[in-house]
Amino acid sequence: MTEHYVRDFQAFASNGAAGAPAWLREIREGAIARFAELGFPTMKQEEWRFTSVAPIAETRFTLASAARSPLPARAEIERLTLAAGPRLVFADGRYVPELSSFAGLPDGVYAGSLAAALKAGPSGALARAHLARHAHWRDSAFAALNTAFLADGAFVHVPAGCVLAQPLEVVFVATDGGSDEPKVAHPRGLIVVERGAQAAVVETYTSLGDRVHWTNAVSEVVVGEGARVEYYRVQREGRRAYHVATTQSRQERDSFLGLHAVTVGGTLARHDITTVLDGTGAELILNGLYVLGGSQHADHHTVIDHARAHCASHEFFNGVLAERAHGVFNGRIIVRPGAQRTDSKQTNNNLLLSTEARADSQPQLEIYADDVKCTHGSTVGPLDPTALYYLQSRGLSPETARSLLTYGFAAEILGRMQRADLRERCDRLVRAELA
Amino acid sequence: MTGQGKRETGDMLLEIQNLHATVEGREVLRGVDLVVRTGEVHAIMGPNGSGKSTLAQVLGGHPAYTVTAGSILYEGKDLLALKPEERAREGVFLAFQYPVAIRGITNAYFLRSAVNAIRKHRGEEELGPVEFMDALEEKLKLIGWDDSYLNRPVNDGFSGGEKKRNEILQLAVLEPKLAILDETDSGLDIDALKTVAQTVEKLRRPDNATVLVTHYYRILTHIQPDVVHVLSAGRIVKSGGKELALELEERGYDWIREPATVA
Repeated sequence: MTEHYVRDFQAFASNGAAGAPAWLREIREGAIARFAELGFPTMKQEEWRFTSVAPIAETRFTLASAARSPLPARAEIERLTLAAGPRLVFADGRYVPELSSFAGLPDGVYAGSLAAALKAGPSGALARAHLARHAHWRDSAFAALNTAFLADGAFVHVPAGCVLAQPLEVVFVATDGGSDEPKVAHPRGLIVVERGAQAAVVETYTSLGDRVHWTNAVSEVVVGEGARVEYYRVQREGRRAYHVATTQSRQERDSFLGLHAVTVGGTLARHDITTVLDGTGAELILNGLYVLGGSQHADHHTVIDHARAHCASHEFFNGVLAERAHGVFNGRIIVRPGAQRTDSKQTNNNLLLSTEARADSQPQLEIYADDVKCTHGSTVGPLDPTALYYLQSRGLSPETARSLLTYGFAAEILGRMQRADLRERCDRLVRAELA
Repeated sequence: MTGQGKRETGDMLLEIQNLHATVEGREVLRGVDLVVRTGEVHAIMGPNGSGKSTLAQVLGGHPAYTVTAGSILYEGKDLLALKPEERAREGVFLAFQYPVAIRGITNAYFLRSAVNAIRKHRGEEELGPVEFMDALEEKLKLIGWDDSYLNRPVNDGFSGGEKKRNEILQLAVLEPKLAILDETDSGLDIDALKTVAQTVEKLRRPDNATVLVTHYYRILTHIQPDVVHVLSAGRIVKSGGKELALELEERGYDWIREPATVA
């Protein structure tokens, strides 16, 4: 099942992507070899025991090419975006300058095509220093496949001390591909926020239309010393989309990262988030929400790696599961030797709105230091009948009480988003899903 | 407005006759009779397990409690035929002994939803966030709170005392005709107890009534009850004035237990 991707890679490497620098070509060659070696994961593997990717493995996806499909209309993009500020638009992983805008970005900030940045300039050197250095493609067939087909992507560089007043949004849109053939795109993001800088970055994944397609995304987020980053990731692809993603962050000392992941789209979604607290005094809020219905399946695997002392991580993931939806959460916390005074808290709550909905929740703590504070907890269950009665006793109808409690479950996560404008937009998206 | 003789002049608000109720198949109420008129404050006291909270929950309409015999008339209507939300809209309020946390929903939003549910039922216009906030300011002062409590999720992370104050805030905002306070005084420190009691006293009007379910005498040093009832083994075995509460404080409940259970 991996052979045709290897063949597609050979065609890709000898065609349009041949102009890439030698070091990138080398990474790609390594990545496709690794993909062929690993193959698609199966449910026999511990990390995949609740999620079958057979529907992806058994479908012949061909590489999407934005060049061959009509571009989305600007109005359509506006409807699908979250923020109103500067934005980068990618169609099937390729940069679309006509739909992108940069108004309001300070001087010195690079926001644009990765391929263009790699060709020249100081930003290119920085991109080279970070690209594919954080996301572990050697351990993951999907990250390897994304890396093998790495041609373009979003590159955001916020230099030291620079403050972005407005959020910057990166929109990855899957077009309808110009044919009925199932297409795969490998969107790539690299966000580097240097020492003392501040930024809010949004990544939105969305589909035009309702066809079957596969998005296989990888993003790397690097937060420099003392920098503050709010990173929002919203997956709102179509209900027939397959979505597999790796998000990898690395934080230096005294930095703050608020990583907010909202999943409402896709028929089958798997999101691996790995965060490394790699400098003392770093703080992470990992805040996730999945709202699923129909027969949607979403699996979130998170790793918080406390590599240094005196770091704090607070992880909250809530799932709202209706109809036959299935939510999977696996949260691993690693406290490395010497990472003393680690303060880590993990919570995963799942609300089952029907008897056929299902949630699996697994915490995994690996602690190799002795002076640490680590707590975790998870719940899976229907709405609390006592809470329903309480609301009814205040005059609310049972229907209103149920929808209020359900919304509250989601709103608890949204409430941790620090940017009011983005919180508001996420709130609207979630309300629409719950309606 | 001294309270004397009011019992004779107030309108009949609540009339409980021969009420029997079970929870999980166990009979907890075994023939309660109680009449509450407007303008009155009734205290219902009794030892643990006597059925005090069951009575409060039956009045509120808790689905886990089953009424097996008897009747409850509220303003002449069959209260038991009404769903919990209908009772609330008709002016019945139950302050919970264990208020429930509602994650993700702010106190302000919750309070406004409750007020608007009642206003809608009465055919009044619903209040927008701004108008509602104006009306709320005064009520907040009553219980000695600032705005910060309004933006916190309902009872989520509240201390025991804060939860009880929040129940009283709801009481003040919803202005019910019949308020049932289920052990609102338990677990409060003296300052909180005073605030709660003073608020209840301030909300007293000739056209409303309060049923105070309590285990302890101490709240009655701040709230003047018209009648004190002793509930024992699911029945009201003794009723009297405030002096009865004092006597219970001094002598405990043993002397008053129902003769049938002693014999």
